[in-house]
Amino acid sequence: MRAPADLKIAAGDVLLAVENVSLSFGGVKAIRDISFDIRKGEIRAIIGPNGAGKTSMLNVINGFYTPQQGRITFKGKTRAKMRPHDAAAGGIARTFQNVALFRGMTALDNIMAGRTLCMKRGLFWQALRFGPAMKEEVEHRRYVEEIIDFLHIQHIRKTQVGRLPYGLQKRVELGRALAMEPDLLLLDEPMAGMNLEEKEDMSRFILDVNQHFGTTIALIEHDMGVVMDLSDRVVVLDYGRKIADGTPDEVKRNQDVIDAYLGVAH
Amino acid sequence: MDLLYKIFADPFIQMGHAPDLLLQTLWEGLVGGMLYALIALGFVLIFKASGVFNFAQGIMVVFAALTLVGLHAKGVPAFLALGLTIGVMFVLAVAVERLVLRPLVNQPDIILFMATFGLTYFLIGLGELVFGGDPKVMIASELYLPKGAIDWKVFGGFVSFQKIDIAAAVIASVMVATLAVFFQKTRIGRALRAVADSHKAALSVGISLNQIWVVVWFTAGIVALATGIMWGARSNVSFALEIIALKALPVLILGGFTSIPGAIVGGLIIGIGEKIGEFYWGPLFGSGIESWLAYMIALVFLLFRPQGLFGERIIERI
Repeated sequence: MRAPADLKIAAGDVLLAVENVSLSFGGVKAIRDISFDIRKGEIRAIIGPNGAGKTSMLNVINGFYTPQQGRITFKGKTRAKMRPHDAAAGGIARTFQNVALFRGMTALDNIMAGRTLCMKRGLFWQALRFGPAMKEEVEHRRYVEEIIDFLHIQHIRKTQVGRLPYGLQKRVELGRALAMEPDLLLLDEPMAGMNLEEKEDMSRFILDVNQHFGTTIALIEHDMGVVMDLSDRVVVLDYGRKIADGTPDEVKRNQDVIDAYLGVAH
Repeated sequence: MDLLYKIFADPFIQMGHAPDLLLQTLWEGLVGGMLYALIALGFVLIFKASGVFNFAQGIMVVFAALTLVGLHAKGVPAFLALGLTIGVMFVLAVAVERLVLRPLVNQPDIILFMATFGLTYFLIGLGELVFGGDPKVMIASELYLPKGAIDWKVFGGFVSFQKIDIAAAVIASVMVATLAVFFQKTRIGRALRAVADSHKAALSVGISLNQIWVVVWFTAGIVALATGIMWGARSNVSFALEIIALKALPVLILGGFTSIPGAIVGGLIIGIGEKIGEFYWGPLFGSGIESWLAYMIALVFLLFRPQGLFGERIIERI
């Protein structure tokens, strides 16, 4: 499908690795002893039936959840848990399953919020909105406008995001994540609830981000066609366990996967 | 008939006969309203950013003023005392974040609300312990706040403006304008609004909730200090001030819990409504309506616009 990608896998270093991670809520075991890695520059899909632990996995990676066991190695640094701030500062950006935008703010302000960690001027200048802080604001604004152009959302930049249709909200959310200039982008069902055209647009954006910016992407998605087209490698979860890991073709042929996921009629 | 005349005609005739008195009443109401607005502003800041209705806002006003006056009474020069009080409000903000908000994160709102009750009584106790519970005089002249009044001859009479009231109006306006710009246009302001909208999204872009909470509580503390100085200069500094903070409730209902302009406009409406009501309609009810009129106005308002003047409209998609 994507020949250059295969070469990339062979050459790619590991950007993030989770080892033997387990997570439970009370008696419910959401994740059981899962290990996998994400290599620099790849698009990694995490799939599995509902309740398989996919979103929990993303929440562990960006520090929303603290796993009871296991280790996370990101950019060569190993730790027992991520903290959300460390994850963001280290270059992990994400979007959410049901869109988590700042609803009262404009699309532009939402994406500007993604620049928070890049802006460093002190409170004093901030309060006065003067001098260096003003200059800084202008510079970041320029970067954000580039993202807005890239995602073709110029027409809605001043619109309150709460009023936008769902597909555009997802795009703004992607923009906010991109504004962080992430090394690793986590996308939780980026195409959920979209029509075919919107899905095609979103797929193109994801590929562009991966190829032009070289951003590593981990995504959860239910649309198998999309997963197989986009991703370099796929990890399959079921009931909190990892049941398969490999290229889309390998995974498609895996009997466990067929049983657990693709083959079972609902 | 007579009653209707007294309600609907007589007060307006009085207003027409003595426009200087009307102006005077309006001014008094405006100044009172501004101080209500400042207290409400403290509530709004904290509510917006952390979803906590901070019952302790009223006592923070007293506590800040008391600290300032108390430090000065212990021999600290006025402006050093002012600086130290700002420092105390910062320590308070950090302590609240560490000891109250952080351990209670993700708890239901009602629990955080109750925690602010606890904070209220803690601050009352601490204030009384350190500085004593007796009413004190605000160190207005030491802080170079103006004294006396300006009389404006008009309509054959005169309107008297207390200089301290004019100073209060100027300080309040500057403060509100600064906060508005800060909220709308800066990184931290944007982060504050972001936290108000969605905690998890804010976390995901690297905004630190803890830092934001310290910032809002500190800002609310500064607003409380300014309110305390101005209110203290008009009457005196005592725990009775806390009751006045309850007037911020109708202001919030009027203005909406999440809107800064709402807090200001709401404050002014309540302040002016109260004074005009008391002066022109008060005698009809045997006076003393000032103490409940604000709540009446809020109640009527609640029937027609439950989200307040500027509050976000409550729209649920089903």
